[in-house]
Amino acid sequence: MFYRETGQYKTDYAADMALFPIRQDRIGIALILVVAFIVIPLTVSSFTLSAVMIPILVFALAAIGLNLLTGYTGLISLGTAGFMGVGAYACYKLTTWLPGVNIIVLILASGFAAAAVGVVFGLPSLRIKGFYLTVATLAAQFFLSWCFVRVPWLVNYNVSNAIEVPTRTLFDIPVTGPNATPVTRYLVVLGIVVAMTWIASNIVRGRIGRNWMAVRDMDIAAELIGIRLYRAKLLAFAVSSYYAGVAGALMVFLWLGAAEADSFNINQSFIILFMVIIGGLGSLIGSFFGAAFIWGLPVFLKQMPAMFGIAVASATIEHIQFMVVGALIIMFLIVEPHGLARLWQIGKQKLRMWPFPY
Amino acid sequence: MLEILYKIFIDPFVQMGGAPDLLIQTLWEGLVSGVLYALIALGFVLIFKASGVFNFAQGIMVVFAALTLVGLHAKGVPAFLALALTVVVMLVLAIGVERLMLRPLVNQPDIILFMATFGLTYFLIGLGEIIFGGEPKVMIASELYLPKGALEWKVFGGFVSFQKIDIAAAVIASVMVATLAVFFQKTRIGRALRAVADSHKAALSVGISLEQIWVVVWFAAGIVALATGIMWGARSDVSFALQILALKALPVLILGGFTSIPGAIVGGVIIGVGEKLGEFYWGPLLGSGIESWLAYAIALVFLLFRPQGLFGEKIIERI
Repeated sequence: MFYRETGQYKTDYAADMALFPIRQDRIGIALILVVAFIVIPLTVSSFTLSAVMIPILVFALAAIGLNLLTGYTGLISLGTAGFMGVGAYACYKLTTWLPGVNIIVLILASGFAAAAVGVVFGLPSLRIKGFYLTVATLAAQFFLSWCFVRVPWLVNYNVSNAIEVPTRTLFDIPVTGPNATPVTRYLVVLGIVVAMTWIASNIVRGRIGRNWMAVRDMDIAAELIGIRLYRAKLLAFAVSSYYAGVAGALMVFLWLGAAEADSFNINQSFIILFMVIIGGLGSLIGSFFGAAFIWGLPVFLKQMPAMFGIAVASATIEHIQFMVVGALIIMFLIVEPHGLARLWQIGKQKLRMWPFPY
Repeated sequence: MLEILYKIFIDPFVQMGGAPDLLIQTLWEGLVSGVLYALIALGFVLIFKASGVFNFAQGIMVVFAALTLVGLHAKGVPAFLALALTVVVMLVLAIGVERLMLRPLVNQPDIILFMATFGLTYFLIGLGEIIFGGEPKVMIASELYLPKGALEWKVFGGFVSFQKIDIAAAVIASVMVATLAVFFQKTRIGRALRAVADSHKAALSVGISLEQIWVVVWFAAGIVALATGIMWGARSDVSFALQILALKALPVLILGGFTSIPGAIVGGVIIGVGEKLGEFYWGPLLGSGIESWLAYAIALVFLLFRPQGLFGEKIIERI
């Protein structure tokens, strides 16, 4: 009844190609942004902000990066956590070298280091395909993890062998380090994630994104219609790793505050791949759904027994949690292999038709 | 600069020539771990060949099988009865996986099935922890009459020691591979398996039951997992850390090719030997722990020349 585009005429090409051509979508996105930027920081407790909201945003950004590679270009990568680590360590080195430069500039710049590493490890994709490539990207993951542990130069030779985040300010408000409040950190992360999502959505609907999708659907055919495969694939690796690198820098500097090499291990890569698949391959909004689902589910399951007043040992809860997460993943794949994004689409379609069934 | 080149290209070989008994020892250890990697890779290959599913859960199946065996024995079941019961458990698991996971997901893209096996991994980790607990356990090696101790062989003025359990592992692995090869080539079900691997549709149209075939391969992979679990468990403890072995088997898999049983064996030996040699002779140069990625680097080098692995079927692409 409310969600209907009838009567909204487009009179020029700009309106036709707008990011949100339907007025209700524009209102909806504006509402979401208002809630995210104003209502949530004012109402939500600072624990929820730093333990739920910030991680979800960071993981959503990493999932968007992986989605550009896996969902749009069809190259399955298990090296995401490694690239996130490159971003984080690069950002740490940059803050050491350039203490005066704005931290946000440094975070965004550290993505380029991740992009460069991503291109190097993307080179095999020119020759290797399918699951062979997936396993090859594991080489990146393990090699980078090893570097994080074994190269003390990356952590400025400090004894703890971990990144210790220095305090940096923006307009005299501390943004990183122990003095930064969760609200500031949340707003900075949100700002960067929203901006980068907007850029990503413009990349994927433009020429580059269409090239990627052609490569995904069949790379030989894409080559025949004049797409340069090596360019498209390496660009996908570069952009994807850039997103992962920025997500990694955000994760360490604005969420965890300190990080060891273990924060970027293989499990992290798997979790991000889960987020992409559960959220929906080839869907940016799906990356947000996936991140919220995979990060939120354990938090929710932990609260469950307490809600029903059942006392269970915390170790048992963790094990049950594993079983439930595993079973839910299988169930989700069976019920809706195209992910949460498809459910969102179906919901929107139903809303358009309402009150009629079709 | 020259010194570094010397350290990389000459010094290790000088060391090898200087102490041939150490070299033989290293080669032997590489061979044994290679055979054990190959056993895990074999589980992957069986399932990939017959259903096109890249089964990430093989690692946890190894742990689960070993835990079931040890757990049953701890409850007072005699060793060989426990072994038989574990086989039954693996059969039940295979039927459950086929009914609840594969059948509803038939005809989905590969990556969806791959993800589903991840879900299975998580599920089995949780289940195993709840039933058996997370602490490491000792494999019932002597109850299963697995040999203990070591043979020593005096050679080149030194001596090389062979653990008897390693020899047993190599023998069991070879027997297993030979049996599987015969099974695939000669029996009725084996032929049906190869037909399914070639084309699901064509196999269905000549009356082969996909469901039955899937149960058979998952069961076979379960048996392989049990054997792997016993062997690895006898060498170290039975714990959830063993599932990391699945990640060790992946480079073996891409090196040998996803669809080739001999490939899994040859790949396993190349990776095992390469890893041990690299760690022992070149490791000190780079800092320890390089075996975590060395296997992948070796596999990558081979892949650049043969993108489908050493023994994989040639990939033919049509528009």
